[in-house]
Amino acid sequence: MTAPLAAVNDFVVKFANVNGSGSASANSMFAKAVLRMGVPVAVRNIFPSNIQGLPTWFEVRVTEAGHLGRRGGVDMMVAMNPQTWDRDVAEIEPGGYLFYDSTKPMPASKFRDDITVVGVPLTAICNAAYTVARERQLFKNIIYVGALASLLGIEIAVIEQLLAEQFEGREKLIKANFDALHMGRDWVKDNMAPLGLQVRRADAVGDRIFIEGNQAAGLGAVYGGATVCAWYPITPSTSLAEAFTSYCQELRVDPESGKANFAIVQAEDEIASIGMVIGAGWNGARAFTATSGPGVSLMTEFIGLSYFAEIPAVIFDVQRGGPSTGMPTRTQQADLIGAAYASHGDTKHPMLLPMDPGECFTFAAQAFDLADRLQTTVFVMLDLDMGMNEWLVEPLKWDESRRMDRGKVMTYEELEAGRDFGRYLDVDGDGIPFRTYPGVHPTRGGYFTRGTSRNPYARYSEEGSVYVDNVQRLLRKFETAKTLVPAPVLTRASQPTREGVIYYGSTGPAMHEALGLFEGQGRRLDALRIRAFPFSSEVDEFLASHDRIFVVEQNRDAQLRTLLMAENGGDPDRLVPVLHFDGTPITARFIVSAITQMMDATQPPGSRPLREAAE
Amino acid sequence: MTYIAKPKLHHPALTPNGLGYLRRDYEGSVSTLCAGCGHDSISAAIIQAAYELDLPPHRVAKLSGIGCSSKTPDYFLGNSHGFNTVHGRMPSVTTGANLANRELIYLGVSGDGDSASIGLGQFAHAIRRGVNMTYIVENNGVYGLTKGQFSATSDRGSKSKKGVVNHDAAIDMVGLALQLGATFVARSFSGDKAQLVPLIKAALRHPGPAFIDTLSPCVQFNNHAGSTKSYDYVREHNEAVNRLDVIADRKPIEVDYEPGTTISVTQHDGSVLALHKLSDHYDPTDRIAAMAYLGERQAAGEIVTGLLYVDPEPGDLHGALGTTDRPLNSLSDAELVPGQAALDRINAGLR
Repeated sequence: MTAPLAAVNDFVVKFANVNGSGSASANSMFAKAVLRMGVPVAVRNIFPSNIQGLPTWFEVRVTEAGHLGRRGGVDMMVAMNPQTWDRDVAEIEPGGYLFYDSTKPMPASKFRDDITVVGVPLTAICNAAYTVARERQLFKNIIYVGALASLLGIEIAVIEQLLAEQFEGREKLIKANFDALHMGRDWVKDNMAPLGLQVRRADAVGDRIFIEGNQAAGLGAVYGGATVCAWYPITPSTSLAEAFTSYCQELRVDPESGKANFAIVQAEDEIASIGMVIGAGWNGARAFTATSGPGVSLMTEFIGLSYFAEIPAVIFDVQRGGPSTGMPTRTQQADLIGAAYASHGDTKHPMLLPMDPGECFTFAAQAFDLADRLQTTVFVMLDLDMGMNEWLVEPLKWDESRRMDRGKVMTYEELEAGRDFGRYLDVDGDGIPFRTYPGVHPTRGGYFTRGTSRNPYARYSEEGSVYVDNVQRLLRKFETAKTLVPAPVLTRASQPTREGVIYYGSTGPAMHEALGLFEGQGRRLDALRIRAFPFSSEVDEFLASHDRIFVVEQNRDAQLRTLLMAENGGDPDRLVPVLHFDGTPITARFIVSAITQMMDATQPPGSRPLREAAE
Repeated sequence: MTYIAKPKLHHPALTPNGLGYLRRDYEGSVSTLCAGCGHDSISAAIIQAAYELDLPPHRVAKLSGIGCSSKTPDYFLGNSHGFNTVHGRMPSVTTGANLANRELIYLGVSGDGDSASIGLGQFAHAIRRGVNMTYIVENNGVYGLTKGQFSATSDRGSKSKKGVVNHDAAIDMVGLALQLGATFVARSFSGDKAQLVPLIKAALRHPGPAFIDTLSPCVQFNNHAGSTKSYDYVREHNEAVNRLDVIADRKPIEVDYEPGTTISVTQHDGSVLALHKLSDHYDPTDRIAAMAYLGERQAAGEIVTGLLYVDPEPGDLHGALGTTDRPLNSLSDAELVPGQAALDRINAGLR
């Protein structure tokens, strides 16, 4: 007999639900209640490409130590979906707990003997209290939250406070929810003892906020001064454009005139979206689109135009599982190469690689400065994991002294004074020419923008030397970009080492947890978190100073590793890919297991099997 | 070659317009199209229209897609910013440009390949969104730059230069524009400058989506017997419903037609469109009747030209979005960036 798991503020609860049953808000309330007790949580929505009826999961990692990556493994399953019962039960760690609706008896074969089964007759409680079908369904969710609170030591008053905030001003609804909450709590109190997994009030959250990356990026676009947004709905990016819309309505409506200091268009497709962005960028407005991999594929012709005609644009690519339609509701980092070299001909585009919603906010704002400064498309590469899950991050900050950098724009006064204007003339040696906004001067500064080859004064030319000069200048501009994009973040091991790890994006939290575990095992790894492409000189230094570097990514083909090899001469023999690409967020367990095995092939794997979550 | 500047030789008798500009100030580079191309006549009509309207040349933004027609913005309004975008996508780029700065005048030039085939979707959506622009399709029924393939506006049964008969139905851009909500719809002919110039003037003054389908014969690939887009064919089958005079603000209306044969439409900006009716009972403010009439005449083998429909009080995309009256590209940090206090409030709501 396996002993029941016992843990305080360090365990994983997974909810298995049916999509569309109203469980999402109840589950999210459970997570927030733990947070309000001062205990950090990391949550992951695992949902299908479906509106109603298919299985959906919600995972809550309770982690006083503040590990915000997915852990892997489930200590307690709240099995509310008969469709997925067998696999849900199978996923529970030995010694774990199964919470289920015991109204209908289940045969013994449906359980496991190495777990603790907690049956609460939710349907029976509901049916006794409610007659309307929808009420029975919705309140059942609140009842299980009440029951779980009682089992896991979550303070009921905290949940009551959350309900009161959610339904502020609707007293009847608040009371009804309180009643349902208490039904669950009281049934457990009367019939069961608390479990071995417990939440205990702590002070480990501080003033951190709980926010989705898409929401943070949408807000970052507001702070970055974006005025034009053209987009086409696609999972998992839709909520970014929607967040921008709602923050604009809150923050960008002129108080006097009531008019909008922004324009948002839901376009007919991704091609029109990026076309509008490029039209607006050409005309001097800060503009962006939000999309995912399939959208980037459609946009590539325009991205090439932006590169060659040098027009600022910002694209948020919230990556999902590819290729083709792929796994629309699963996470990956598989668009790196597609974005970096999008479009035909020789093209390269800067990419920002935020780690969490905090960086989604700052990088979103910065992307507009970079796009204006570099006069090209700048990608901000989110992914579904950070984009559509609430993550715990430091409160968002804004430097009040900061001003938009509109880049090299020649003004009416400069043109009037007779300053020489060549649209594609490299006057400063940084590869970046001056541009003018259309309509600036009656007789000077006008030019014809085109995707065809042209000379420094924007006149059509297919002469070989003129073409070569121009595309070489674009390479100089790309070199300049290296000095402007966010630098990588280096975390040195506690002792000098020639072994390292490179990682980026949403792998961050899992990697940080893994680094702690490596140190505990006496393994020393310097870690470099890359935050942008093109790679700056710090990346070259890291490549040069390590004999073996594990490159941890969430894609099949080691795309960042390929970029390191192609762009910075990274040695393929020294760059070891560590790849996780099943569509679930990467875990510290996976990273530690994979790297440990490679670092020391003679050392036997740990006695405890490493379990990856099934979904 | 387009990079060769035109000689700056002015005829001493040239007269400046109301802004002091000569007609020459509205010209562009030397055209690289074939001698006799209908598109060059349209460029000349655009130059004439802009000159007569006293438009500040630099306040026009001219955009195009890809193809012979889309090269032409280089050949007029040389002081304006121009943008030769990608194939079939001029409408979206113009939409974005218009959103960025509502104060410029937007002129989109496209062809039948650009707008009826690859760009049909963008044409449709820009029109239905009500982008305030003049949208000219230089319609020759053929792919000129790739040497003579049928385009989607080629009539069923018309014959290519190589003798191939087109078996696909033609897309009627005018019919689509009417259906999709264009508030100014005209059809004209590159060979009829007297009709075309006033139509372009009226369209440029129209504060909404204005569409002009301009038949513009391709002398090289679609000007032979059996073509329905040749000079001869269009001349023979052209049925003009009206003649137009555009009277800008505060200028006296001179009507030299018989009483009862002219109707006036005052546009939102005060310009007056004086329409001399050539066809009895044709009312260009009645969209449904226009659609019926066009269908009827088309069935009879005629090409109806003129101002086919105008809504004197159109709305536009900015109106629908409620955007500020000022150009979005001119807004300052103070107007766009909310600051830390707002962020503190947002942070507080996320705990």
